[in-house]
Formats: sequence, structure tokens, C-alpha cells
Amino acid sequence: MEQKNVPQDNSATYQGQKKLVYAVDETGHYTGVQSTGWEVESFATQMAVDDLQQQTDEALLQAQQGEVSPLAYHMLRLRFDIVSLAQTTGFFQWQIKRHLTPKIFNKLSQKKLAVYSDVMKLTIDELQSLPKHNTTSE
Amino acid sequence: MTDIILDIEHQQSSHCETGVISTLLRSKGLDISEPMAFGLASAMNFVYLPIVKLGGLPLVAYRMPPKTIIKTVCKKLKVELFSQKFSDQRKGMQALDDELAKGNLVGLQTSVYWLPYFPEDMRFHFNAHNLVVYGKTAQGNYLISDPVFEHLVECPAEDLQRARFAKGALAAKGLMYVIRSVPESVDLTPHIYSAIKKTAKMMNGIFLPFFGNKGIRHLAKKIKSLKKEKPKYQKLFLGNIVRMQEEIGTGGAGFRFMFASFLDEAAKITGNKQLVEAAKQGTEVGDNWREFAMDAVLFCKKRKELTLDDVATKLTSCADQEQALRETLLTIKPAA
Repeated sequence: MEQKNVPQDNSATYQGQKKLVYAVDETGHYTGVQSTGWEVESFATQMAVDDLQQQTDEALLQAQQGEVSPLAYHMLRLRFDIVSLAQTTGFFQWQIKRHLTPKIFNKLSQKKLAVYSDVMKLTIDELQSLPKHNTTSE
Repeated sequence: MTDIILDIEHQQSSHCETGVISTLLRSKGLDISEPMAFGLASAMNFVYLPIVKLGGLPLVAYRMPPKTIIKTVCKKLKVELFSQKFSDQRKGMQALDDELAKGNLVGLQTSVYWLPYFPEDMRFHFNAHNLVVYGKTAQGNYLISDPVFEHLVECPAEDLQRARFAKGALAAKGLMYVIRSVPESVDLTPHIYSAIKKTAKMMNGIFLPFFGNKGIRHLAKKIKSLKKEKPKYQKLFLGNIVRMQEEIGTGGAGFRFMFASFLDEAAKITGNKQLVEAAKQGTEVGDNWREFAMDAVLFCKKRKELTLDDVATKLTSCADQEQALRETLLTIKPAA
């Protein structure tokens, strides 16, 4: 890639930051060039972020209707999934799956709740509650 | 307590690990650029591991696993690196403060997610990020040179502690590292040749179909077979490859441009004309990967009459080109 062809697409996903890429200058040698974004890359990022947002919104709706526990919503909101939450909490995946049902979540011991509260940086109260509005954007 | 602010020359880098080692070495007077660190560590690779799923999508990587670069570079250049992990978080933070008080820049491995200065859309649970701490304010905030950022940043102690001790895959366990000493002078030439040879060997992959050239071709086959999947999965699958190639700080084209930059610098140092040609070939490889990313995204947007077969064919052409580059690299001999 030539220096003059380094994309400067002001990608929203960069939030005003710039990234460094390597490109060839007029003398034919490599140099570091700052880029404000590449539309191709930010499309891929946005697709992944939108997918997560959609899953989170669905989980919120389901949690409000009592189909899943608030944990399901907070897990996705904080960019965890069952695999990564199992790795961080030390619970087994099957345990977490059970905790995603309201009936079992509501009976969880303070000790287990404290584990979630610790790795998710939420108070136990926050972990057990849901936002009032149907939006998850903060 | 007063502010501790150590001298640091912040240089924005493409990638965290190469950026940190380059910053630390330069602070000790050893001038190793980011691409040079990358090349010397023979860090370029390709990995497609369908069995390892991250967020439901397979692992795709364009380089060797985390920590390889720092370890290899220090070992080759006979740099004395002191690194420590901690089971006690308070001790881990204290040790960081002690090193700063002694006037040492400290490298840390951290999670990305818990660093508040990261843009929201780029925060995910990845535990092998690297940064340099160069001071601490009287209020207790840490002063950080994060190599992938344009400017210096600041981070509250509580957040930094959480980021250092986040659990999960590749957990840092508070890992910190300090360079104790560097050799007075280093002759890079022999290291350049041996690193290129090693990279060329690895580009072929081992007998398993997940690494190097075999991995790229395997992924191309998988893309063809995505026809059976739902459109949404097709998009997320291709998007994931593009993100791993471009988004996560690779210097463009999944480290291929950084590698070409290394070859270019190597040509300058050794005066070997073969390396000039290899660098040009490396650029072509990188350009083709960028075109592959464009095609993959165009398919997702349904803008052009592009099929999954077309995207796979483009990826196969990347594999062909890399095979040719490998042949070139294998012919490179020290100039007489």
C-alpha cells in the first residue's frame, strides 16, 4: 500500500482516535502512517457491535418478561458469553446456563452472587435488577 | 506523595506487543523499531483454528501467540528481562510502584476491556494487551504509554488493577516486566537472516491444516462451504476474519505490511539487494490481503455480484502469493 492510498475514512468506531499502519512512501521505503479509519474495517466492526447489541436488547426484553434471569442481560451487555464468563468466574458452563433461568438465579447464594458481582464489576443489587427503559445504550 | 513522571518517548505503534518492546528497548538506548522487533521474532504466521471458538466464531490469527515477540527478541539480543507474576493483587500493584520509584519503565500485560481509555466499540475481553507505565500522579492515577494510542493516557489505579488481574483465557496474572540491561551494541545482520529463514519455514505450516499456507487454504474451503449457512452467520464469519486482519492493530493486512517494512529495513541494514525485492513482493502480498478484506465486506453488503466462491478464490490467491514469497525468502543468502 502506498502512503497516499492509506484510507482516511474518519471511522466512527475509532471515536476520534487514529491507528498506525505501514505504507510505502514516495522514495519506495516503508514508513508508519496514521489513519483515521478504513470503511471496510469499520463495517466489520460495526456488524459485530450491532450483533452484540441486538443480542443484548433481546436478552433485556426476555428478562423483563421473566423468561431469562437479569444475569443473561448483564452478561451480554458487558460483552461476556457463557464461555468467557465460565473462564472468569470459575463456574462450569452448565452452572452458568442454569443461572440464566430466573427460578434458579433468584435462589442463588450470596456467595455465588458475589463471584459474579466481582468479575462483572457490578453490585449485587445491580446484578439483580434491570434498567426500566427498553434501551441498553448508556 | 508527589508525582512520579519518568522520561519516555511515546511512539504510536500498530501492535501492542511489538510497540511495547520497541519503546522499552529504545528507552535503554537500543534502537529497535516496531517492524524490526516483529521480524526478528519471526512473528508472522497464519492460524485458523475452527475448534477454538471466540464468541461463537473460529479463531483466526495472523501472528504467533502473545508473549512470543517480547521473549524471542530479548533472548536473541541478549537483553536481560525481569518479569514477574503475582497471586496477590496488592503485592502486584506495590511491585509496580516500587519499580517506578526506582526509575524504571514497566511493561504490563492487561485486559483490554477494563481500560477506560479504550473506545467503547473496541473494548472486548482480550487479556493479552501490553502497555508501558511511565509514572504515577499524586492522586494515584497511573501514567501510561499505550503503544496503539496516538497520545499518552492516564488510568485510575482501581481500573488498572482490574485490567492486570482479569481472569480467563490468556489471563495476565499481573504480569509485569522490566528491562534490567541491554548489550552495548548489537549486530542485527545474523539475526535478520536467521529470522527470515524461520519465518519462511513456518509459512508452509506443519502437517496440520490450521497453520501457515495450509491454514489459509483451509479457511478458503470453509468460506466456500458457508453456502449452507444462514446469511447472518456468513456475514459474521467473514466480518470476524476482517476484524482479526485489520481492526485489532496489525498495521494493515494482518501484519503483512509490517513484515514488508521489516524486510525494507533489513535491506537498508544489510545492503542486500535480494531483500529490496522481497520487500516489494511482501507489499504485493499485503495489498492482496486488503483486496480480500474488501471483497469479503462487499459480499456482506451485497453491493456487487460477488459470491462466496469469489471471496474464497481471492483468499486462495493470497495463499499462492505467500507461497511465492516463501520461495523468495528461502533463496535469501547473506551478501558476500
